[in-house]
Amino acid sequence: MTTLVEPSIEVPAPAKPSLLARWRNRRSADPTPVWLTVVGTFVALYLVLPTLIVIPMSFSEATTFVFPPRGHSLWLYRNFFTNDRWLDSLRNSFIVAACAASIATIVGTSAALGLHQLRGRRSARFMQSALMFPILVPSIVIATAVYISFLRWHLVGTLAGYVLAHAALATPFVLATVTSALGTFDPTYLRASASLGASPWRSFLTVTLPLISRGVATGAVLAFVTSFDEVVIALFIRSPRFQTLPVQMYNSVVVEIDPTIAASSSLIVVTVSLIFLVALLVNSRRTSRPGSANNRRSVVRRTR
Amino acid sequence: MTIGISRSSSTGPAGEPTGKGAQIRLESITKDFGLAHPAVDNVTLTIEPGEFMTFLGPSGSGKTTTLNLIAGFESLTSGTIRLDSQDVSTLPAHKRNLGMVFQNYALFPHMTVAGNIAYPLRERRVPKPEIERRVAEVLELVQLQGRDKHYPSQLSGGQQQRVALARAIVFNPRALLLDEPLGALDRNLRAALQLEIRRIHREVGTTLVFVTHDQEEAMNLSDRIALFHDGRIEQVGSPENLYAEPETLFTARFLGDSTVFALGDQPVTGPVTWEDERWAVDSGTVAQRARSGGPTALVVRPESVGIVRDRAQVPSGANSVRARVRDIEYMGAYRTLLLAVGQEGITGRARIPAADKNYALGDEVVAWWHPDAQRIVAA
Ligand SMILES: Nc1ncnc2c1ncn2[C@@H]1O[C@H](COP(=O)(O)OP(=O)(O)O)[C@@H](O)[C@H]1O
Ligand SMILES: [Mg+2]
Repeated sequence: MTTLVEPSIEVPAPAKPSLLARWRNRRSADPTPVWLTVVGTFVALYLVLPTLIVIPMSFSEATTFVFPPRGHSLWLYRNFFTNDRWLDSLRNSFIVAACAASIATIVGTSAALGLHQLRGRRSARFMQSALMFPILVPSIVIATAVYISFLRWHLVGTLAGYVLAHAALATPFVLATVTSALGTFDPTYLRASASLGASPWRSFLTVTLPLISRGVATGAVLAFVTSFDEVVIALFIRSPRFQTLPVQMYNSVVVEIDPTIAASSSLIVVTVSLIFLVALLVNSRRTSRPGSANNRRSVVRRTR
Repeated sequence: MTIGISRSSSTGPAGEPTGKGAQIRLESITKDFGLAHPAVDNVTLTIEPGEFMTFLGPSGSGKTTTLNLIAGFESLTSGTIRLDSQDVSTLPAHKRNLGMVFQNYALFPHMTVAGNIAYPLRERRVPKPEIERRVAEVLELVQLQGRDKHYPSQLSGGQQQRVALARAIVFNPRALLLDEPLGALDRNLRAALQLEIRRIHREVGTTLVFVTHDQEEAMNLSDRIALFHDGRIEQVGSPENLYAEPETLFTARFLGDSTVFALGDQPVTGPVTWEDERWAVDSGTVAQRARSGGPTALVVRPESVGIVRDRAQVPSGANSVRARVRDIEYMGAYRTLLLAVGQEGITGRARIPAADKNYALGDEVVAWWHPDAQRIVAA
């Protein structure tokens, strides 16, 4: 059997294979080209390294930014967790992101469902593009527009102002993920549930929602991160009484030259990584369970 | 097929009397999608309580649309639908209490077999112990005991369709609507499930509307067949009635094989002529719709046609025509001669015994039949 996988073993008596040749032999029958591995590694490092650099820096003893970090201590973390300005802005960011993500998820999911019903019509395609606008327009333009209108409506520096602006920004992400989830949703299910006595609302809760739940959850996570991470609008509508974590981080660098930002960044990187790891684990468990989306799709294909 | 059903025939899956299901009345119903002609065009039909009614017809003839109108998935352009004299024309689908089975099963993939079957009961807030009892009973009825914890994707097509059937009858619907339920299954499974559906219909006793484009399936299963043609009902009747007494050429051609002689507009009250043949007509074999003038055709089923070498051997009183053997199909139980009939060489069919090997391709023969075995239909 092994000779099938490693055909080069059958080559008659190479007296003493070179190191390179032996390394090649150990690789599978259809190996990934070496150059691809090299390029892939570089791209991965390029994407990840700048983010990871903040982690060693967060353990530095220095009171200013120096790289490589000097010594090791936890004082930056102590600073973060004892300074009210950092903690308040962290709490504000969480509240804003949670509210904005909730609104964006409800609005985006409803919009996706409605547009799905009208799919194929010109008006639906137009609406879909219009709802994607916040992603396409440069954020500085949106921020200016938001600032001008919020000044008039007295929303600058308020929780409601942050939530409304971020919800609008995050809705397109939910719309996109739910629309793609609906693409594999067989509308016959809704006829079946109706014939079995379920009202449209009950059908939505018991059939549609469970079957598009992954799209909704992905959209909600993206919406949360979009808001949590948003800095341009937040800079415009901040007030001394209410600011979010990205704004506080910006201030700490530009105004205060405070290296605590390294600790807060590290915390965010670790938290976000953990969230995605958990999501990944849950997903992989789900795929191995019968009735999961993968099997679902194969059923739909078979029955068409 | 032996099955151990624990309950008496007078009770349904819930243990309560099933009655015979509802009467379904379609009164001049029309559905217009805005195409060249309406998908369903002024259809009137009464389906009796407990009846096994099949909608048969070629693809695109309006069967599914009619079924969807009954189910409430489409709105009527005009007309009235009554269930037991209750006007349900504008009642939403989820309030009509009709069980539906789809060609692609439409089982909820995120629920187990038991979860799927319990769904209509949960929506009706049936107490949990009773749900469990009824699910177990109906699983037994469709012979899927022990599969309750499986997911639909773990079952074969035939098993999935049984689950769909169980789900559609567990809440004792007023009628059961099935849209090509066996269309996705292979031949052997189809035959098995046909038997199953007939047995379930007998045991549950509900009104059943079955859509198919397969004439054999329709003949096997139905009490009555409604034959659809371009959004209209061409003819309604028992399988025997439609096969033996077609009113139109469309019906004669759709159900079973036949040899068709176009008669044009000539009167059909006396003997008729076709090419240079002259044939006797038995007035009992002239369809109502062929009596009122207009073009007609004479049709003969292959099992009524005899084959001889020359005219002298034709029994007296029989009609006959010259033909040439174009092909011979061996069918196991019999052989079918494919004939080129008359000068024009139209296609004819005759059934001869399987052991009869007297004919070869190209042979000149005479086909004959008794006048009471032919039928004259509107063309
Ligand atoms: N939703 C629809 N919109 C437009 N036309 C339709 C729709 N459903 C069916 N039709 C048309 O109505 C006619 C009848 O279709 P259908 O009832 O599905 O026929 P069958 O089930 O007998 O094959 C067809 O011409 C079909 O194209
Ligand atoms: Mg159809």
